Amino acid sequence: MTDPMRVRAIEQAGITEVKVLMQHEMETGLRKDASGKLVPAHFIQQLSVLHNGREVLSAQLGPSISKNPFLGFKFSGGAKGDRVTVTWIDNLGGKRADDAVIT
Amino acid sequence: MNQQRRDALRLSTVLGLAVAAGLISPLEALAAEGWNSAAFDTKNLNDTVKALGGRSAAPSIHLLITAPEIAENGAVVPVSVTTSLPNVQQIAILVEKNPNALSANFTIPPGTEAYVSTRVKMAQTSNIYALAKVDGKWLVASKEIKVTLGGCGG
Repeated sequence: MTDPMRVRAIEQAGITEVKVLMQHEMETGLRKDASGKLVPAHFIQQLSVLHNGREVLSAQLGPSISKNPFLGFKFSGGAKGDRVTVTWIDNLGGKRADDAVIT
Repeated sequence: MNQQRRDALRLSTVLGLAVAAGLISPLEALAAEGWNSAAFDTKNLNDTVKALGGRSAAPSIHLLITAPEIAENGAVVPVSVTTSLPNVQQIAILVEKNPNALSANFTIPPGTEAYVSTRVKMAQTSNIYALAKVDGKWLVASKEIKVTLGGCGG
């Protein structure tokens, strides 16, 4: 059910740029299927990004974030070879963690 | 209200310490902290600011929204928010005419740049608001995006 995220972290001049592409339906709960029934809401609610055990970003998302959410941000203090871990949890309790090495 | 805030602060401090000590995983901490459903239920800018713990948001020219003038597909509208202001604690993205205004709220710890980029759904042509909590005060900027095909239909 939960497909892996694509996580990329690139360090340049002390700033690490992180780009995350999550795989998630992000159903709003407002959409109807072909038979006219409401499709229940199913979306990522919370997200956390760790670098060496320190949180460098956390976020709360709503259902109006696009399907297969994209997230980009930058932080300082990362070094090439360090690990960045992205974790999310959705409104039905689904969760997923993936990591990437800073290059 | 104040008592609530104090409790919330205490809770987040305790959780922060627990995470730092490696007692619980960040994910468990996230789940315990909870999703701010009150903020995500709001229909307009003022209510959202209040649900996020602010009083009102002051317009600022230092908040920059990068997004297309015209979005052909409302299901995927790229939006970036950045500011050169220091001490940014949170950045939120809102779409005025969506069923629920708030799209996302990012918490920016020290060391992380005041820059986030994501993609939102837009039901129709609307203003996008960027909110930023800077030194405890909320600032807002807006940008209109024309949508030729809505992103919330069936």
